[in-house]
Amino acid sequence: MNRKLVAAFAIAGAVALVMSGCASTSGTNAETGPVTITYTNFISDGANVGNLATIVKAFEKANPKITVKVKTLPYASYGTALQTDLAAGTAADVFDIDGATNYESLQANQQLAQLKGVDGSVYSPALLKTYATGGKQFGLPTSFSDVVLFYNKDLFDAAGVSYPTSSWTWTDEQAAALKITNKAKGIWGDHQPVTYNEYYKTLVQNGASFLSADGKTAAFNTPAGLAAAQWLVGKSGTTMPTIAQGQGTANFDTNLFAKGKLGMLHTGIWVFGNFAKAPANWDIAVEPGMTTPASAVFSNAVGVYANSKHIAAAQKWAVYLSSSNEEVNVRLDTGWELPTIADTAKLATYLTKGAPANRQAVFDAAKQIAPAPLLGANSSAIQDAMTAQLIEAQAGRETVQQALDNAEKKINALLAG
Amino acid sequence: MTAQTALVDKAPQFKHARSVRDTASGTRRLKYLLVVLAFLLPSAIPLLLFVLGPMIAAAWVSLNQWNLLAPMKFVGIDNYVNLLKDPQTGAVFLHTIYYIAGYLPLVYVGGLVLALALNTALKGRSLLRGVYFLPVITSWIVVALVWRWLLSPSNGIVNTVLAWVGIHGPGWWTDPAWSMPSIILASSWKDLGFVMVILLAGLQAIPTDLYDAAKVDGASAWQRFVSVTLPLLSPSTFFVIVISLVNGFQVFDQIYAMTAGGPDGSSESVVAEIYDLTFRYGRAGDASALSWMLFIVILAVTLIQIRGQKRWVTYG
Repeated sequence: MNRKLVAAFAIAGAVALVMSGCASTSGTNAETGPVTITYTNFISDGANVGNLATIVKAFEKANPKITVKVKTLPYASYGTALQTDLAAGTAADVFDIDGATNYESLQANQQLAQLKGVDGSVYSPALLKTYATGGKQFGLPTSFSDVVLFYNKDLFDAAGVSYPTSSWTWTDEQAAALKITNKAKGIWGDHQPVTYNEYYKTLVQNGASFLSADGKTAAFNTPAGLAAAQWLVGKSGTTMPTIAQGQGTANFDTNLFAKGKLGMLHTGIWVFGNFAKAPANWDIAVEPGMTTPASAVFSNAVGVYANSKHIAAAQKWAVYLSSSNEEVNVRLDTGWELPTIADTAKLATYLTKGAPANRQAVFDAAKQIAPAPLLGANSSAIQDAMTAQLIEAQAGRETVQQALDNAEKKINALLAG
Repeated sequence: MTAQTALVDKAPQFKHARSVRDTASGTRRLKYLLVVLAFLLPSAIPLLLFVLGPMIAAAWVSLNQWNLLAPMKFVGIDNYVNLLKDPQTGAVFLHTIYYIAGYLPLVYVGGLVLALALNTALKGRSLLRGVYFLPVITSWIVVALVWRWLLSPSNGIVNTVLAWVGIHGPGWWTDPAWSMPSIILASSWKDLGFVMVILLAGLQAIPTDLYDAAKVDGASAWQRFVSVTLPLLSPSTFFVIVISLVNGFQVFDQIYAMTAGGPDGSSESVVAEIYDLTFRYGRAGDASALSWMLFIVILAVTLIQIRGQKRWVTYG
């Protein structure tokens, strides 16, 4: 073969490679023809992939010109993937927003398109407001959930303990957990993660708080804060398995509960689906507090990417995914967290949609909320520092007081910037 | 240029060029360059796009404050200064050096023992060579999960076996004092096959008559090993050490999958810190600065090794 031709081919090939690597995919701005939009989510990962597919199908039927391409990622890697996509300018047209803190950072960094002309009246006003800034809507809430106390009725019966009620305190929980625990049989009374998320909530349950009133310093290193930390840490090895026994690893607690080896479990209502086929006879109650009950509530939202080429179609999907009848019905029917609608009559049907029986606890828990502290720019580092110190105490390498002293020092430095 | 010219001259399609050598040597050189470039392009383009490009970009990012979302803010060498002041930087470098200090001797000696064993007329040695190489091509995520089970403090096989002989096994990945040894153990096991293959090739290149001569001179097996095998294996040893050190400084996957840097940051390596700074704490500028610091350290260590090889590496 002619060597000039070879060289020419090689160079042309190389140029094509470079061009295809650098050039962005061109899209059409006119929304008259068929449009494909992308949606990246974590909310359906695990048990709800099929439920999301049902909603997508209904949307595409109602909007024949729009196709939704779904990408589902595990929650643990979603944040990293989204950040990378945003930094590279390749984020999906519509993507999940992991709660209020995540929303604030995305909005402040101009990653979200303003959603104009959305009928706000169908949404729960408080949730809608969470995803608005300066009176403008930048995200739409898709789901609402809270953390409750799951309990195994069979184990309670076997230990001769009465079921948890909304008036329970930590003392009642502790007494029941001790009676249920039977280490020889591998049965444990209680499980609560030893993490920052649980800690800020137990602080409120004990009349304390994570931050000072002005939000500038750590306020947990008090007798009430110490008691809250001891409540979490002290379970380990007495009524809850230790770290060495696997506590703290992924799905350890839900697996133990599903197998009927755990009396009580503190976790979110998003795991209902995990226990649908569990042999255990289970129910839920509002999480006990000490001086006051207080529950952690979470919401997820969707946003439209500021640089999306199909903002109108993307917004249509975002609205559908957060408030359409089909979406609301799928969520209510399958127990896939709660829809974020204002219609309380419709929400009430959730109460009678099967296990667990005491679904009222989901609504009751949302009445007394432990608000998540606003930690500022070093939020992740502060949460990591708190969790790491609590685990040091849990593993017995520090006393609980030492752990709080160390955490206070680190967190004050991080709060100061 | 002489060697290259010879190569070109051998090629029949350049025959006509030979006749115009005196008048058109410039054109010929250009043509030659184009041909070389054409052959280099398939590997040069990915290198440029995915290695050199990002490296230069990271150098620029390291001079800025950047959370990946907001526009970058130029801060000069502040990121480097802050990292050098931060005790965490020293800690992650120390953890990494601890890892290398444990991993390198273990994987080298282990690989050498395997290579020596499989260099004999052992039955089924081909199969065994394949078996020992399997972990090398297995994903780290899978290997890390298996080792987490093996080293599980309460019901792992290792601690169960230790308990049989009356030893109370340590907390492996749950104890800050044992997290790095756990990672060293898993990493050495995984890379043993790779080192074995390199050393096996080196062993097989040693002429057998040298051993025969040594035997005739009355050298014992140990003397033959020390005076014939080790010196003639030194080029392979050198290669293994260079590669393992470069990889060792970049240790990440196994840490991410086995301990996530914990407990209490005891197994946080330099690269694990780079990852956390970027994706957990929104400090891509600091992370890029740390990447460049790591690059300079690896470059320095490799240069020292290449200089030092003259003292102990015997070629042929």
